[in-house]
Amino acid sequence: MIKIYSLFVTILLSFCAAAQIDPALLKRIPKDTTKPSLNMDAVYNRPFVAVGKLPVSVGGYMEANWQHLATDGISEGHQFQFRRMTLFVSSTIGKRLKFLSEIEFEDGAKEISIEFAALDIELHPLLNLRGGMILNPIGAFNQNHDGPKWEFTDRPISATQMLPATWSNAGFGVYGKHYNKDWMFGYEAYLSGNFDNTIIDNAENKTFLPAAKNNKERFEEINSGLPLVTAKVAVRNSKVGEIGLSYMGGVYNKFQDDGLQLDDKRRVHVFAIDFNSTIAKTKTFITAEWAWIKVNVPSTFTQQYGNKQQGGFLDIVQPVLKKKMLGWQNATLNIACRMEYVDWNKGVFTSTGGNISEHLWSIMPAVSLRPTSQTVFRFNYRHQRQTDLLGNPPAVTGGLSFGISTYF
Amino acid sequence: MKKIYLIPAALVICIAIIQACTKLQPAAPADDEILDGPVAGLSYDQNRQFLAGDIAFNDEIFTSQTGLGSIFVATSCGSCHAGDGKGHPFTTLTRFGQTDSTGNQFLHMGGPQLQNRALPGFSPEQIPAGATFSKFTPPANTGLGFLELVSDADILAMADPNDANGDGISGMPNYAVLPSFATAFSNAIPRNGKYIHRFGKKAAAYNLLHQTVNAYNQDIGITSTFSPQDVYSGLNIDPEVTDNTVRNVVFYLQTLKAPIQRNQIDATVIAGKNIFMQTGCESCHKQTLKTGFSNVAPLSNKTFHPYTDLLLHDMGPGLDDGYTEGTAKTNEWRTPPLWGLGLSPNSQGGQYFLLHDGRAKNIEEAIQMHGGEAAQSKTKFNQLTAADKNALLKFLESL
Repeated sequence: MIKIYSLFVTILLSFCAAAQIDPALLKRIPKDTTKPSLNMDAVYNRPFVAVGKLPVSVGGYMEANWQHLATDGISEGHQFQFRRMTLFVSSTIGKRLKFLSEIEFEDGAKEISIEFAALDIELHPLLNLRGGMILNPIGAFNQNHDGPKWEFTDRPISATQMLPATWSNAGFGVYGKHYNKDWMFGYEAYLSGNFDNTIIDNAENKTFLPAAKNNKERFEEINSGLPLVTAKVAVRNSKVGEIGLSYMGGVYNKFQDDGLQLDDKRRVHVFAIDFNSTIAKTKTFITAEWAWIKVNVPSTFTQQYGNKQQGGFLDIVQPVLKKKMLGWQNATLNIACRMEYVDWNKGVFTSTGGNISEHLWSIMPAVSLRPTSQTVFRFNYRHQRQTDLLGNPPAVTGGLSFGISTYF
Repeated sequence: MKKIYLIPAALVICIAIIQACTKLQPAAPADDEILDGPVAGLSYDQNRQFLAGDIAFNDEIFTSQTGLGSIFVATSCGSCHAGDGKGHPFTTLTRFGQTDSTGNQFLHMGGPQLQNRALPGFSPEQIPAGATFSKFTPPANTGLGFLELVSDADILAMADPNDANGDGISGMPNYAVLPSFATAFSNAIPRNGKYIHRFGKKAAAYNLLHQTVNAYNQDIGITSTFSPQDVYSGLNIDPEVTDNTVRNVVFYLQTLKAPIQRNQIDATVIAGKNIFMQTGCESCHKQTLKTGFSNVAPLSNKTFHPYTDLLLHDMGPGLDDGYTEGTAKTNEWRTPPLWGLGLSPNSQGGQYFLLHDGRAKNIEEAIQMHGGEAAQSKTKFNQLTAADKNALLKFLESL
């Protein structure tokens, strides 16, 4: 904890230092974050500010929303939400040595976490070593989650309520990239901290991988004593788009303690496919992700906790106007739509043979205005239907939200 | 200059959107289409307690960290009673014992209830050799506060254990010993130190506190000061739920509204209701009962329509599972209230699972499985014309 505060103070001091120097010394390193690149580049594909000759660059983003949603006619009313502020610090330490960190303050600092803090050592473009706090490369959203990149106020449900975005762990691994004309190829592979028993024993009453995020001990001790393996390969063609295939898995449960056997080894497997593309003619941007989860749940436990899950999302963003608007050069007005589906418990009841129905689908049309590529004002409507385990009439949720998100 | 007007215009649009946002939201279902929700007329502080109970009942999920198990049937109250309606075979519980009424001889072997699920690394309970058993599908919760307030005198007035009136119906109450934590109703009419119990498939629970404490302990494996024995070890352990939470859940159950009948003025439904009376169904499924005094004004001295007499009846050999509770014989079942019957599919996954163990998949099948004291009514039902049968079923679906 002391380390977190120290880092935070350092960052604050760096901002204070910036405030006292000639602004001309601030060297903005702009990034057009809407331009395509591999999802694995997302951690570095952010706008940074370099301060004079200081060896560090800093940046960050924030997200805030207004929402008014109701479920089956019951609403909590108007809600103003400060979802998160994230600070980045990057540094080129030396030849072929880079460091980048991402510290996130969620819900008004209710939760402070180091999402990413890793040292990268480049041995060859195809062989880089990474160690520290890493973002496990499962799907695309977990690595490419910055608020200003998206046209929707809420993160995808499948990415946060089925997959555990943002899911980071202490770990080590390798990654590499290769370019050849229109083609890009990238891979990543890590051994890291792991899940724990809470994924099938939690207050959500369903198999819920994000429950493991509450276990802060995982940065010190793996519940099972065995590492989580995460690997991803991605290919991009500049004219077609990027497709990524990823896997994450390992033994999640505490099967032994102090040399004594407590349970069988139980594994979790996650497979994901992600895709993104921009249709050149219409500038339509499409991004999609789908994941499958398989968890070894003891047959003597309750089927409330499913052993198979699947879900994903599809975002379509169509720029409709790009011109000077309200004094902003090259402002862009988009219309967009997100479609989502999650099945938290895929299977049948042993008692009846009937389908287990704990699933959700949601559609979210949106309008967004980007005064610059790094700032977005977004206005969404959500219509969502969520069915309980038994398949009873769905809870229908709907309502409006407005949000802002910007890099700074 | 023109752009200055854009600012107030944008503000007006924003205000209009905010004002209109509720129009874009899903509407609440009609009150008669759902079973949950409080009785009308609760005070502010009663509403607060209802909400606290609602959260404890529906939202509090027990885990190994908060006391679940180590052996259990369900992880929360709401797991068994979706929307406060009837439950699904997924959470059907099993009770075991023996055929006579001498008291459960298997209590030292984990009885009376089977905890058929276990936390990872633990083994669930098994039915001991020689035990008989019966499966119980979770009942609906609604209107229970009204049923709790029916006086013993009124229950006894409906009883006819020796069939003195010769109508073939001989309902009797289930007398049992009060649990140590329960206080007898002020108007209770005990017999030989035993009290009339009224809740549960065999009327083995005295009041809603008894029902709630048992459910926490036997269904979820949660101990309380009322019931401190751990179902796994058989030893008394620290309470895993507070007295306050238990009281809030009891209050929640007491103040859930009574189901509201739908299509009451529909001609077919009215005709069906008349047929229901003529075929003798109402001999056990009593239409109207009344509550006594209650400190909760909306429950006090009310007339209501649960379609039960809270008595035990012989339902014939087809429904005899060979398991008994209290003074209830193996073939005796407490008349289940029929209110809310038509909404059962909304909590049972879109279909019916009726009778004590969910064996009947529709209302007519449930009628056909009636025997014993109900055999006469079943015979009369089978003699009805198709139109009359349809009207009767429409009436039952309207409840």
